[in-house]
Amino acid sequence: MLQRKFVKGNEAVAMAAIEAGCRHYFGYPITPQSDIPEYLSREFPALGGEFIQAESEIAAINMLLGASACGVRCMTSSSGPGISLKQEGISYMAGSELPGVIVDICRQGPGLGGIDASQADYFQATRGGGHGGYRIIVLAPASVQEMYDLTMLAFDLSDIYRIPAMVFADAVIGQMKEAITANPRPVVDLPLKDWVVRGWKEGTEQRVVKSLKLGDGEMEAFHWQMHDRYLELQENESRWEEFETSDATLVITAFGSAARIAKSAVMMAREAGMKVGLLRPITLFPFPAKGYHDLTGRCRKILDIELSTGQMIDDVRLSVQPGTEIAFYGRPPGAGSLPTPEELFEQIKKHY
Amino acid sequence: MQQVFKRPVSLADVQTHFCPGCQHGTIHRIVAEALDDHNLRERTIGCASVGCSVFLYSYFDIDVVESPHGRASAVATGVKRARPESIVFTYQGDGDLAAIGTSEIIHAANRGEDITVIFVNNTTYGMTGGQMAPTTLVGQKTSTSPYGRNQSKDGAPLKMAELLANLEGVGFSARVAVNNPRNLIDARKQISKAFRYQAEGKGFSFIEALSACPTNWGMNPTQANERVAGELIPYFPIGVFKNSSEL
Repeated sequence: MLQRKFVKGNEAVAMAAIEAGCRHYFGYPITPQSDIPEYLSREFPALGGEFIQAESEIAAINMLLGASACGVRCMTSSSGPGISLKQEGISYMAGSELPGVIVDICRQGPGLGGIDASQADYFQATRGGGHGGYRIIVLAPASVQEMYDLTMLAFDLSDIYRIPAMVFADAVIGQMKEAITANPRPVVDLPLKDWVVRGWKEGTEQRVVKSLKLGDGEMEAFHWQMHDRYLELQENESRWEEFETSDATLVITAFGSAARIAKSAVMMAREAGMKVGLLRPITLFPFPAKGYHDLTGRCRKILDIELSTGQMIDDVRLSVQPGTEIAFYGRPPGAGSLPTPEELFEQIKKHY
Repeated sequence: MQQVFKRPVSLADVQTHFCPGCQHGTIHRIVAEALDDHNLRERTIGCASVGCSVFLYSYFDIDVVESPHGRASAVATGVKRARPESIVFTYQGDGDLAAIGTSEIIHAANRGEDITVIFVNNTTYGMTGGQMAPTTLVGQKTSTSPYGRNQSKDGAPLKMAELLANLEGVGFSARVAVNNPRNLIDARKQISKAFRYQAEGKGFSFIEALSACPTNWGMNPTQANERVAGELIPYFPIGVFKNSSEL
């Protein structure tokens, strides 16, 4: 009997981490994600888990690095200013090919900004964030159920590809409460972690987890190897949702909480007899370019909606077929600045 | 014929990249001897830091995780929490531990993480070319204190072994030097004790090892060694500052 539960988005992340076998969490409080460390600090002791409230986000991500090097499933979570501090460690984890889940419940910025929802950290999440030219897996839930499901997926993808994975949601998704089905951990073929440090054993090779690559051509080879893995991700793991797109002439695109509001606006347009659909990326890296490419063979125009002045639109532009018209409507962060479905319906009428 | 002196098994049979007269090699050796003495090699995971000591994995025949600059004690925390049965040590320089990593070292020590920290203090940033460190002595000229460290502007050199000894979570804190046979023998003893602390689950153990950096001090190895005795030890006294279990 699957359990139905009425929980907050952040709690769903913590529940999914436990279900995924994560017993090591390192974090630091910051609004609007603090429910995650609070939940795990409460639940872990009975499960034999290790919860550490680190002295900083920098320390937390480096504890994650150390635990990951030992092969355990581990997670950290934060928001804007804290994610900025974690970038150093994320870069080192990428350079050391270490898995690990990083949850980013976005708030406003830059700087201290504010605690309301924003999608303006899209570039930071999808472009590497730290130094050195790497990418991480980025998943963008649009519901509390997806907070649960995609967190579990993040652990699996991260282990399979040996790339850190980020669950990228905003304050709305993190704080909203919805009924979810707490699905059991899916059965997935995971590669053997034959690279983890475990203490030397007679007859075995020394193991070293590192990102320093000074050998002749070693660094260049590593970059191409990672590049191939990113292409493999693109091919195998791109995920998106299409809603009412089969006959649509105008397609709205949005992710996360913006996509939920956009969906209501699309339903309003359909009731008004307009052929409007929605394409919602679920993976932001790999970006679901194929979805856009196939769709723009059929529709006339894409309307991109973001809670920013436009960041994902760059990826949309790179993915559509030549000649596709692209419009944009953005509501950059500001207290109470979430668009209403009616407001987006007006935009649909304007671009239809 | 009986063999009375040999390379520790925890140490790889390779040449190091360290400059002539540098004492990293000596300190590596006595750390390896401590691992051998307590039969810890098969349980040990090292946390390398950034700087001259990053090549830990080339010289120690043990598993190693590389850490970002200053973060080795946070990485070691993650390692120890994931594998509590392991012996975990960090090996950090003064730029690494006493500047960018002060937050991480103080909090790991204060939590009483069951790890051993080997802190090599040569009063300068070695690998980056001899810039001023938090441990640079007042008046000492470096590439970023060309007129000598000025206490009123740069502060006084940090005494990490004394500072950490004040924390409740710290079980053992000592400063050693390897500039003469007597100090070397004592250093070996204290490092061995630091690993025993961890092996017996008695909490955080810290060794500060004074080390010569002839290249960046602009001295020959003999002069550099004399500087350890004449200038470093008077300011950074060797000795045990905390020994909570009297091992």
